[in-house]
Amino acid sequence: MSKSQGRGVRLAVDIGGTFTDVALETGERRITIKVLTTQDAPDRGVLQGITSVLEEAHVAPEAVGLIIHGTTLATNALIERKGARTAFVTTDGFRDVLETGYERRFEQYDIYMDKPPPLVPRRLRFTVPERVAADGCVLRKLDEGALSTLAKQLESEGIESIGIGFLHSYVNAAHEERAREVLLAALPHLSVTISSEVSPEIREYDRFSTACANAYVQPQMAGYLSKLSVACRGMGLTCPLLLMTSAGGLTTIDSAIRFPIRLVESGPAGGAMLASHLARVYGLGDVLSFDMGGTTAKICLISDGVPERSRAFEVARAYRNLKGSGLPVRVPVIEMVEIGAGGGSLASVDAMHRIAVGPESAGSEPGPACYGQGGRRPAVTDANLVLHRLDAERFAGGSIKLDPAAARDAIAADVGRALGLDASWAAVGISEIVEENMANAARVHAIERGKVIERHVMIAFGGGAPLHACRVARKLGVTRILVPAGAGVGSAIGFLRAPISYQVTRSRYGLLADLDLSALNGWLSAMRDEARAIVEPGAPNEPLTETRHVDLRYTGQGHELVIALPTRDLGPDDLGKLHRDFEDRYRALYGLTLPDMGIETLTWSVTVSTEPEAVTAVPTPSYSAEGFEPTGLREVFDPDAGKPVPTPVYWRPDLTPGAEIIGPALIDEDETTTLIADGWRARIDGRGYIDMAQLPGNGGG
Amino acid sequence: MTASPAGQLHMQVMWNRLISVVEEQAQALLRTAFGSVVREAGDLSAGVYDLRGRMLAQAVTGTPGHVNTMAVAVGHFLERFPIDTMREGDVYVTNDPWMGTGHLFDFVVVTPAFRAGRLVSLFASTCHLVDVGGLGFSADARSVYEEGIRVPHMKLYDRGTLNDVLMRVIETNVRQPIEAKGDMMALVSCNNAGCTRFVAMMDEFGIDSIDPLAEHILENSRRAMEEAVRKVPQGEYRASMTLDGYEDEVRLELRMTVKDGAITLDYEGSSAASQFGINSPKCYSDAYSVFGLKCVVAPEVPNNAGSLSVIRVEAPEGSIVNPLDPSPVTARHVVGQMLPDIVFGCLHQAMSGGVQAESSGSIWVLAMSGPAERDSAEAFTVMSVSVGGVGARPTKDGLDSTAFPSGVGAIPVEVTESVAPVVFWRREFQPDSGGAGRFRGGLGQIVEIESRCNLPFQISAATFDRLRNPARGREKGEPGAAGQLKLAHGQDLVGKGVHEVPPGERLVIELPGGGGFGDPRARSPDAVAADVRNGIVSREAARKAYGVAVNEDGALDEVETAKLRGG
Repeated sequence: MSKSQGRGVRLAVDIGGTFTDVALETGERRITIKVLTTQDAPDRGVLQGITSVLEEAHVAPEAVGLIIHGTTLATNALIERKGARTAFVTTDGFRDVLETGYERRFEQYDIYMDKPPPLVPRRLRFTVPERVAADGCVLRKLDEGALSTLAKQLESEGIESIGIGFLHSYVNAAHEERAREVLLAALPHLSVTISSEVSPEIREYDRFSTACANAYVQPQMAGYLSKLSVACRGMGLTCPLLLMTSAGGLTTIDSAIRFPIRLVESGPAGGAMLASHLARVYGLGDVLSFDMGGTTAKICLISDGVPERSRAFEVARAYRNLKGSGLPVRVPVIEMVEIGAGGGSLASVDAMHRIAVGPESAGSEPGPACYGQGGRRPAVTDANLVLHRLDAERFAGGSIKLDPAAARDAIAADVGRALGLDASWAAVGISEIVEENMANAARVHAIERGKVIERHVMIAFGGGAPLHACRVARKLGVTRILVPAGAGVGSAIGFLRAPISYQVTRSRYGLLADLDLSALNGWLSAMRDEARAIVEPGAPNEPLTETRHVDLRYTGQGHELVIALPTRDLGPDDLGKLHRDFEDRYRALYGLTLPDMGIETLTWSVTVSTEPEAVTAVPTPSYSAEGFEPTGLREVFDPDAGKPVPTPVYWRPDLTPGAEIIGPALIDEDETTTLIADGWRARIDGRGYIDMAQLPGNGGG
Repeated sequence: MTASPAGQLHMQVMWNRLISVVEEQAQALLRTAFGSVVREAGDLSAGVYDLRGRMLAQAVTGTPGHVNTMAVAVGHFLERFPIDTMREGDVYVTNDPWMGTGHLFDFVVVTPAFRAGRLVSLFASTCHLVDVGGLGFSADARSVYEEGIRVPHMKLYDRGTLNDVLMRVIETNVRQPIEAKGDMMALVSCNNAGCTRFVAMMDEFGIDSIDPLAEHILENSRRAMEEAVRKVPQGEYRASMTLDGYEDEVRLELRMTVKDGAITLDYEGSSAASQFGINSPKCYSDAYSVFGLKCVVAPEVPNNAGSLSVIRVEAPEGSIVNPLDPSPVTARHVVGQMLPDIVFGCLHQAMSGGVQAESSGSIWVLAMSGPAERDSAEAFTVMSVSVGGVGARPTKDGLDSTAFPSGVGAIPVEVTESVAPVVFWRREFQPDSGGAGRFRGGLGQIVEIESRCNLPFQISAATFDRLRNPARGREKGEPGAAGQLKLAHGQDLVGKGVHEVPPGERLVIELPGGGGFGDPRARSPDAVAADVRNGIVSREAARKAYGVAVNEDGALDEVETAKLRGG
């Protein structure tokens, strides 16, 4: 029995800003629906969606074996600053770590820029006498009397949640743990987050920021999740409810309530998990996941079905999506580049007569000019409409009638006039620049990881990606693109493909050459036990896999490489192997090694996970262009010809496996449009996905 | 412009790509270079040049000090190694302060990019090495000869073969040879990355020469810069500023002339060069002067030979902002990073609405060293960075404890303590350090450091200024707090020179605050009360400087405030 059958009927729910997507899967059948997100009480929308999808599928609640849930609630609370009344308790002398941050301006030339205000204002940041040194020794004992006094103050301030962050607690957490005990004894109703649990890594600002963000969203998330799980049970859904994390794994409600910060960005993680699953289904080694929505494009690299991961993330970027303008959060995440390039990204011309696109976005209100909702500035969607890549009548399943004249006027006014270009050429420029931005982001991301971008297969989903995929691929030298079905609810479908997993990390700064192996093996086992304790309740009787990694760098460098460890106690022989593995990886990335230089260890991590779902091969139909007729022609502007060219348009539901289309052509569907460029061929494969390939002799740009 | 629509868009896309190439080059360097200053603070730079040595694009990295310095550095290389002598596989290097980026610590490496055997462009990069021998990071040298090893314009690689002799000489003359070699290799390999991507770009776009793109970039940038400059009212503006200096106070004088779409900044009348290493070579003075100007006049125009050509900087030879070889220059940023403040002093008179008040200015580099542990011959050296407050803006408070104009950032206390036997007992805002004003200056901070193992340690105070000359406010805004350096139980220390911190004693460092903007009595009483509740303005200061009465519980006393302000 395969595991997916073992889990029976499965339900995935993804709460986004506008829509709550629900996907139900039973064996081979999948039903998806969208309901409006109910901002005031998101659980209401979730329950509505579940009820509707169960009715449509004729499935009884009791038959559901698993519910998987992802939500942007924690992220929204951080962006909108609507979390709990939070206090922060830290080491005497370090009251302002949360506010001084990196002490750096993230935008060098803007003397009016502001740093992100801390989640906890200074008057709610308290210090207590205590001090642990870098090696874990106690330099100053924790003053428990001061904590008791503090407890009274916290109470009178009406504090709901507390973050505790002491220096070097990633080495010795005793003071943080004791401080929590003392405060909870006095104020048992409080939520308390300690930095050594939520992010036991060196670098005080990042760790404290993570602890504080966790504390800030915890009461709200705990309330929401408890309420939701009670309501589900009330509906007869007695199955486990698991939460999607930003690392692309599933976790239990208990763990989600303790570490809600691990749930940020679960939606995009779902998309990456879908692409990872497809990579395994199609047997693809290197995959570039390209998810373009309304405001941003997300790019993720996948190797052998496993997405790149990291532990550095920034939430609530407040300034042109710039790095440094948000709050750092050190939790396991799927590594993605997110750039301000979506259908709603606005175009303008700068002082150098250059077209600039994004990161400013028209959003859904007022939306691009062509929405006719009062938007006056041109967006990427306007450019696609002017170029006739989109059908004004069929956009978003015909739910929004687009206004081509408004799009044309906005583009002519804001871009064309300054450059002396007509609306069509200005639209070509907008499209080129947004594609160039996405291609650059993907290329740099790949190079930074020592990957050859040309070898990747692109998996394109989200409303905007299939429209731009061919042109971005051409810029990257990528020659194959997959466009899955149901691209509009990709995240929810991705949730269904995610394993149950948990990662535990610990910073232990030291030299690889003189590690205390017995102590190290002790920590690693404890970390494994901690991870298992969180995974097992969500995956009873399932076989678990374990992976271990360590971050290594040459002594004195700033960038670490993640090297895999054997999942057993380390012996002296392993150290030589680690050294060699590090050097191999370093050489692969930078073309040289530094033989005399020592190697430092920074952070160790252990991940426990259920096994990835078994995959079945895609049946290959025989392909033919016969029997598939376009529904019409659209005059799509062709920059090479310098004029509109009649282009056949197909309706995706008409296309069955085996269909073959030679570009240039367009395939419309409710949620998106796929553009097949000149020199490309599209086939509808055995799963009904669009599989596009560049025809030989059509390389270059 | 006569180009076809397609051709015009083509140029735009290639310009966009070129910026991406140099950003990638800089990232490659950031990941492989050594030392906390590069690692945590991004003290590096990367750029691409045409065959006339004109800078076309530069990555935006940690420090503006590399802006103009890098723009002219490649031109200097071309004088020694003309284009027609360059061969595939050649790599050139220098750390000459006057030919590179202003002090020996910065090595500049230039690599010619070849495509099908033909030279097509040049890539250059620089980063701050951990050590260059000599006195180390100190302002105490009396000439550049004492400051470390100096490498004139030389070949680091000749047709692909490493110059072993040069490398061995460098390795022999520095305290951390492995890191030095690692950094040199990092510079070489990031340039290679740039060359490779650039050649791929030429293939992709099917171009044979960078020249048309170069003209497009330089022309559009120059024009944008000129347009921006034309918005500054024509005229002559003057400002002056006094700094603590080393042996004597430093007097800076600036005359800004705005005429016909160009700006000239002239430091005529400024102090003569110091005998100590706080002198700012002309290239470095240019960089920070232009940075200050661009922040106000044209923040969105990229740095390249075109945009920079619109601004001229002049400084008398032998002055502290144009010291001649062999003046010592290691701590060049003490003076160099103060220059945006004096440029703002001129611009404030020219621009309606005014410009931000003075800031704490140069970053305070904490270069500490001493015995690594008891009864051991082993020594440690570690470098940390602290920053004070930024001046208040005409419409906003100044940034608290944030580097300006330098783009570097803090090194985490946990990182410093992990690599050196020191303990930071304190690093937090210093209340009342932000200059009072309608908009408050940014807060400075107070830092306390002690030996971890009860041994003495040294601090090389090369870069501490504004101990006697605090950041001034504007439009009735008050100055920020002056900086201070002292021992917890002992005497005040001066801002320059090497100090020993005895065992058990704490070094106390108070970073200066930024100046205020506007009359403090015009500050919103609620904002003052909020500052009091947050403990960054004392009740006494609220009363005295702002005329605002705040009760012990932090509530605003409106009646008393009206009385105070009415008087």
